[in-house]
Amino acid sequence: MALPVYASPLERAWHYTYLVLCGLIFLFLIAPILIVMPLSFNAEPYFTFTPKMLALNPEGYSLRWYDSLLTFGMQAPEGPRNVAWWSDFWNNARWMQVAKHSVIIGFFATLVATMLGTLAALGLSRPEMPFRRGIMAVLISPMIVPIIITATGLFFFYSKPCALLATVGLPGECGKLAGTYLGIILAHATLGIPFVIITVTATLVGFDQSLIRASASLGANPRTTFFRVVMPLILPGVISGALFAFVTSFDEVVVVLFVADFDQQTIPRQMWSGIREQISPAILAVATILVIISIALLATVELLRRRSERLRGVTPR
Amino acid sequence: MTDATAMLTTNDGQPLKAALARSQRRARRNALLLVAPLFLFVLITFVIPIGQMLSQSVYNNNFSVAAPNLGAWFDDHPQGSEIDETAFAALVADLQYMKEEKLSGSAGTRINYDISGSRSLFTGSARKVDDLTPPYAISVPALDEKWTDPNLWRAMRSASSPLTGDFYLAALDLTRDEAGVIVQVEPRQRVYKMLFGRTLMLSALITGICLVLAFPIAHLLATLPLAKSNLLMILVLLPFWTSLLVRTTSWIVLLQQQGVVNSLLVSLGIIGDDGRIQMIYNQMGTIIAMTHILLPFMVLPLYSVMRPIPPSYVRAARSLGASSWTAFRRIYLPQTVPGMAAGALLVFILSVGYYITPALVGGADGQLISNLIAFHMQKSLNWSLAAALAGLLLFGVLVLYWLYDKLVGIDNLKLG
Repeated sequence: MALPVYASPLERAWHYTYLVLCGLIFLFLIAPILIVMPLSFNAEPYFTFTPKMLALNPEGYSLRWYDSLLTFGMQAPEGPRNVAWWSDFWNNARWMQVAKHSVIIGFFATLVATMLGTLAALGLSRPEMPFRRGIMAVLISPMIVPIIITATGLFFFYSKPCALLATVGLPGECGKLAGTYLGIILAHATLGIPFVIITVTATLVGFDQSLIRASASLGANPRTTFFRVVMPLILPGVISGALFAFVTSFDEVVVVLFVADFDQQTIPRQMWSGIREQISPAILAVATILVIISIALLATVELLRRRSERLRGVTPR
Repeated sequence: MTDATAMLTTNDGQPLKAALARSQRRARRNALLLVAPLFLFVLITFVIPIGQMLSQSVYNNNFSVAAPNLGAWFDDHPQGSEIDETAFAALVADLQYMKEEKLSGSAGTRINYDISGSRSLFTGSARKVDDLTPPYAISVPALDEKWTDPNLWRAMRSASSPLTGDFYLAALDLTRDEAGVIVQVEPRQRVYKMLFGRTLMLSALITGICLVLAFPIAHLLATLPLAKSNLLMILVLLPFWTSLLVRTTSWIVLLQQQGVVNSLLVSLGIIGDDGRIQMIYNQMGTIIAMTHILLPFMVLPLYSVMRPIPPSYVRAARSLGASSWTAFRRIYLPQTVPGMAAGALLVFILSVGYYITPALVGGADGQLISNLIAFHMQKSLNWSLAAALAGLLLFGVLVLYWLYDKLVGIDNLKLG
């Protein structure tokens, strides 16, 4: 945004003030995320920069919090770092455990959300779709309804998932979903669905429906058309939707708080206890790792978005 | 339709109109079939659980199933009847039943919502019920004289019908007095209305701050060349992609009394070492952290509305003699109103139901209504009251959601 040549001195002054203001707001957005990175290498158990750190003295920095992160919960953290140590780490370290839970839950929740969500987005984007607005409103609502309400509902539902069947005369007992992987995966899939719907329908805007007819007229059956024509075009949107769904699950804590047992606790759940009980710089080490993961995810999504716009011939806004 | 179109037929001799209608029907059915699996999924994992939870807010049978005899007695004796020997006999029969079926705890909990201390009264009396001998009107009060409390009997009467609106009354700081008239609870017990008020006020404040902060940067992003603005956009999107707990942790680190901001202020000499400001674990912490977390939700809709506004409009206004302020106020600002409305509504909706950040950094005075729902779910175990509070919150959010759909349209929701 260039300043016009006819700008008065006052306007010039305002323009630079405005730029400084914007800089400060960007700083407000980004500083809290970046600040945890250097602080996670603090050699002291403080949440502030020590004089040694400011002087860039190597003694002020250490990997001790990353070390405590690795060894927390291990049976023999002191031993030499050989195969036995690493297998102990893989099996017993608490953060490793919760990371595994997070990845398993996130993977399956993403799978369910992406498959069902993509299909639904295809249906919703058809011009013939009846009740489009109402159905869309229901499918997006998991994003809008306060998470505490969702979690509370699931808490009751998961303790007796078949209770409703009893009202129509079917057996009302079928175990429970609380404290199971399946329960959390289903819940996280539901929470991820709005994101898949939003990103995939956005990709389908401007999708040329005549391509489908062209493919059919050339003799392709609907399945071939879907996999060879539609899918390659919407794939970037589907992948970004999947990433959104994964991040939603990877970051979700309230449902896990309400319906998970110790055996399904995820990274955010473990962070939650860390923050609530005794916050130590080890939390900052986790935070740093998570920030790096989000940077990688964001970069992927941005690349996909550009690729998708190029593929569809949409000029960027 | 004219006769000419009615006579048109397809190759195999069917009327064209019917063939078209059939093919449209098939297309509609196919579209619905694509959506159906997901719709069912959301229905089962989301809509039904919430509906079931809400039903708890008007239906609680913990006491009524445990006390069938008292229920019958209350049916036969209207409100205001004397609590006589038959009533105590029914009570003893029910205590016996509760002891056999191990229901005294849940029944007592239900009465405990209205009169604290009742849970132990029920469990204790049920344990000793075999020692009781007729006449019960004397032996039961001898066991514990709380049993003669008319308030207790009134609470049992209202709990003996499982269907009740009392939890919604409680969620609105209302109660029934001795005559059954709805009145406000004592001033020192009025917490829920205050909390709803605080939630709305803080949400409005956060929405306002977000709007003020988002407007300049959205404007900057919208007017910069695309290459530069895409680069700056990353600064908006990165927080959006970063874990909520990470962002909340960062604010704890920054704002703590021994944290970065306070240390910076001390080293700059702005505040003394003993005058470190308490910026977290209170309302201020909630406001700062939530503003940061919700800011991208305001920037993105504003940006997508501002980007297509042609800069020539403002230039034209300037060339016609408008000052830069007038051109901004009369020409630019009105065109951004849809973006402001979309962003503000979205931020407001999301902040009204916020839970995690207030729970972690809110301290005592930064708690919102969601935190109280969690409290009743996990600590006080008054699930029906939690459900009633959730029902009120959900109602508010759905009204706002409907408004959003009317004004903005859900299809226009964009992420990045």
